[in-house]
Amino acid sequence: MNNRRAAYDDVVVTTPVTVPYMRYSIRGAHWFLAGALAEVLRRSGLGKDAIDGLCVSSFTLAPDTAVGLTQHLGLTLRWLDHIPMGGACGIVALRRAARAVQSGDATAVACIAGDTNHTDSFRQNLGTFSQFARDASYPYGSGGPNASFAFLTSYYMRTYGAKAEDFGKLCVAQRSNALKFPYALMKKPLSLDEYLTARPIADPLRLYDCVMPCAGAEAFLVLRRDEAEKLGLPYARILATIERHNAYPDDPIQYRGGWALDCDEMYAQAEIGPTDIDLVAAYDDYPVINVMQIEDLGFCKKGEGPDFVRRHSFTADGSFPFNTSGGQLSVGQAGAAGGFLGLVEIIRQVTGQPLGAVVAEARLGLASGFGMINYDRGLCSGAAILAAGQ
Amino acid sequence: MTRPLVRPPRKNPILRTRVPTLPPGGRSRVALGLTAAAARGRLELQVCRDCGTVQYPPREACRVCLSQRLDWRQQDGAGELVSDTTLHHSNELFYRERMPWRLGMIKLDCGPVIVAHLHGDCAPAPSRVRVRAHIDRAGQAALIAIPEKDTSNMADDRQLREMTCDPKFRKVLVTDAKTALGHTLVEAVVAAGADLVWAGYAEPWKKPPGFERLSKLPQVSLVPLDLTDSRAVKDLAGEIGGRVDILINTADHHRNFGIAARDGIEVARAEMDTNYFGLLRLAQEFAPAMRSRGADGQSSAVAWVNLLSVFALSNFPPHGTYSASKAAALSLAQCLRAEFAPAGVRVINVFPGPIDDEWNQALPPPKIAPVRLAADIVEALRGGAEDVFPGDIAQDWLSRWRDNPKALERELAVMPR
Amino acid sequence: MSESVLLQLVAELASGRVRVVDLTQTLSPDFPQIVLPPEMGQAWPFRIEEASRYDARGPGWYWNNFSCSEHTGTHFDAPIHWISGRHLPDNSTDTIPATRFIAPACVLDCSREAAADADFLLTIDFLRNWERRHRRIPAGSWVLMRTDWSKRLDPVAYQNLDETGQHTPGPDADAVKFLVDERQVLGFGSEAIGTDAGQAFHLKPPYPCHYYMHGSGRFGLQCLTNLDLLPPTGAIVIAAPLKIKEGSGSPLRVVALVPTTARAPAHSSHKGVKKKGLIRKQRR
Repeated sequence: MNNRRAAYDDVVVTTPVTVPYMRYSIRGAHWFLAGALAEVLRRSGLGKDAIDGLCVSSFTLAPDTAVGLTQHLGLTLRWLDHIPMGGACGIVALRRAARAVQSGDATAVACIAGDTNHTDSFRQNLGTFSQFARDASYPYGSGGPNASFAFLTSYYMRTYGAKAEDFGKLCVAQRSNALKFPYALMKKPLSLDEYLTARPIADPLRLYDCVMPCAGAEAFLVLRRDEAEKLGLPYARILATIERHNAYPDDPIQYRGGWALDCDEMYAQAEIGPTDIDLVAAYDDYPVINVMQIEDLGFCKKGEGPDFVRRHSFTADGSFPFNTSGGQLSVGQAGAAGGFLGLVEIIRQVTGQPLGAVVAEARLGLASGFGMINYDRGLCSGAAILAAGQ
Repeated sequence: MTRPLVRPPRKNPILRTRVPTLPPGGRSRVALGLTAAAARGRLELQVCRDCGTVQYPPREACRVCLSQRLDWRQQDGAGELVSDTTLHHSNELFYRERMPWRLGMIKLDCGPVIVAHLHGDCAPAPSRVRVRAHIDRAGQAALIAIPEKDTSNMADDRQLREMTCDPKFRKVLVTDAKTALGHTLVEAVVAAGADLVWAGYAEPWKKPPGFERLSKLPQVSLVPLDLTDSRAVKDLAGEIGGRVDILINTADHHRNFGIAARDGIEVARAEMDTNYFGLLRLAQEFAPAMRSRGADGQSSAVAWVNLLSVFALSNFPPHGTYSASKAAALSLAQCLRAEFAPAGVRVINVFPGPIDDEWNQALPPPKIAPVRLAADIVEALRGGAEDVFPGDIAQDWLSRWRDNPKALERELAVMPR
Repeated sequence: MSESVLLQLVAELASGRVRVVDLTQTLSPDFPQIVLPPEMGQAWPFRIEEASRYDARGPGWYWNNFSCSEHTGTHFDAPIHWISGRHLPDNSTDTIPATRFIAPACVLDCSREAAADADFLLTIDFLRNWERRHRRIPAGSWVLMRTDWSKRLDPVAYQNLDETGQHTPGPDADAVKFLVDERQVLGFGSEAIGTDAGQAFHLKPPYPCHYYMHGSGRFGLQCLTNLDLLPPTGAIVIAAPLKIKEGSGSPLRVVALVPTTARAPAHSSHKGVKKKGLIRKQRR
């Protein structure tokens, strides 16, 4: 189905922001989200009243949603959205905000994602994650996503011949990228041997296959181009975006994600091909999902992921710059902010504002999102291609 | 291959007893349909009445055609193990204390994909398995995949044993060992591998034939126990209560009167005093120690079995006051189940039809033989059910009661005496 | 006159020249209860439920509620208890005149005979022999059959049941008729669970002690103990049942006043030792 979608005209993305991550915090999610919004205002030069649209993602904001946040932070808005889509929330927030600005429903939409992390937050979140999780997966071992991705990884390895070393290569490269990134919580280099011999978590996953939950926030701003130029802000253009939920429901186990259904349309909308992409930020809660995104986003055929990994290098200066800030695996997963982390890094690189490792001549970046293991598979997927503005 | 269970070493009395923890027990109401079937030892899944799709996880509308007419139907559980893992880390205390833990993702032949506990003898994916529904320590249905064919010592699998109440190497109290059922049950429990069986008896001057034989079994210890005597129950609990892993309450005062057939309340009161108040006395004295030992090593306190009667569901007028006493006991057993829930100790209610003994002499067959009933009780301890309806009459009455309880009430009212 | 008799009695009691012997078993849940065929209405055994014991249910006090039959433990049978006495005047525990609760007692030592034969029946010959050695049984006195049955502390031995029923000693029909018609006794007392022998169902009439005693307005006492501490004659027995409305009997405290000049019986094995009733069986 070749459905050419409306372009994004002159809607742009600016002001990538990160609230520094910390392992645990006694603050509530509101604190981190407020910090993200305040930093967006500081960097953009906009006053709070100029923000007339808000997109919020958080797992620990309850009992509030985006609505509660408006009064909490003193915002009067004409456009508001709450995106509970986990690792896909960045892409989806971008899509929603971009159409709102494009249609004139809003002029400046702040997209923020953040979470706190108390010592028991993770367990409590997992226990009430979704009805299906509560009824049909969490009671079985309570391993959370570690168990779910262990199933997927084991299946993928058996079916396509992937080896632990292949996943390890990605993790080692991301760690190398993270060493230069100021907000990364993992600060020591990682060797392949350390990766292969680390403590087992859920066979075949080991310690360095798993992200570290933490507290923090990420944000960006969506504006019209002339508004961004008036403010003197570096910006990225949106060439194409895709989104899909509950793709391939009859697959007995998840070995492909929704991107495979939509990625041709995405490249068609952007009028480019995979080889034109300069850097990729994939949602990396586990290495197997990285490989799945590489396949389903058209960089190689299904099943050729292991071979692709063996043939490329993934550091910022490698043949396939990948998760160049380190990804969640090395920076940390600040809840819903994990769904923004890759997108924010792409914005930084293509707008010439990198914080850590630099990708040379980063003109076209692809950010991919994935998330919400409702039961046995991630339901949400999405991707966006951003281009350097000027 | 599953290693056969070994008798655990004696407990070190200086060490603190591990307190019970439970797997996550929250479920949506619709998911409780799985629990209701597992309580009867069945795997049932929702089937769409309009398009036939089998659903899992449980839900409110068909995932294919949105029909809201979903019926719970028994499934055979056959399927293909698509992927498996062994957890070495968990977010919940119950599993943290029991690492490593095997899990499987299974595509059932009837359609859905399920996440389940995985028996140690299941070959790694891909392989064929059978899925069963057991009640787990939290009192909820838990799916477990077992090998396609039975393997030796299969019941001794560590994970499967967390969902069963196997008497092997455990200590069991049978409260009345003098009845025909009580007698054969003591023997059956000994044969099932119990370390020690206390055989309770009241009125020592009445010795039914064969009772003396029980005392010859080395695992059996005869203990006086009259459930109508509060002090006697308290005294016995003081002596042995801290060691009882499984309590099987077989005490049963059974006479054959409705309301009009017998003047005075004396018979009915005797039935209540044993069948209802006896249970209450036992529970007050024995339950606290069992609760605290719900996670006490390999031979933990694990089950409380009540011999009720299918008459508890719907009054059988020829045995009307007896039926009422069993109904009272059923209600109290539900209370006991709730009070035991935090400790992970299972309350198993057994609802036989008429037992082939002297009190049912006037009822026509089919009647359940004590030997068969005893075997069913042991099977319930080894399996994952908590509501057991052994024998043809019990199954028949249960079907009628579930189908239309009012119709059963009418049918029982006209049964010949 | 009678005032000085009573004062003297009080003095004699205080000094111990008149001894008080307790003929009562302890009421406890372990004490055997008479068992009838299952189709019959049963006599409740003694049961006791604590109401509070210096605890949340009652911080400053301890008390119990109990239940039992009118015929539990050491107990009194009134004439209304048997069909033969149902229409007699003053035949229930609340209407029997209180004067009848204090009476002399004749103690018949059948302990050797009962030891040899659990179904021993007391006969007229035995009575005549006893009268020859001691005295004529006076009218209005209790006749107490000492068998030392109360020394059977094991409830199984006390009940002494087998496939043919209970086996305990008691009087035969002729002996009872003699005591009623020829001696006008007050009533008959036994150490066993019934005044009639365990196999008395097979006598003619069945249960002749109940039949004739109650049929003539006389009484029964069961589950007595310490009869071996009483002289054959000379003791005064006080046996006052609870005043139950239309009661057929009741558990009660039976005591005997025994003069010290009375000879102790020849072959008592527990001289002066007060028994406390049945001891609870040892458990494994």
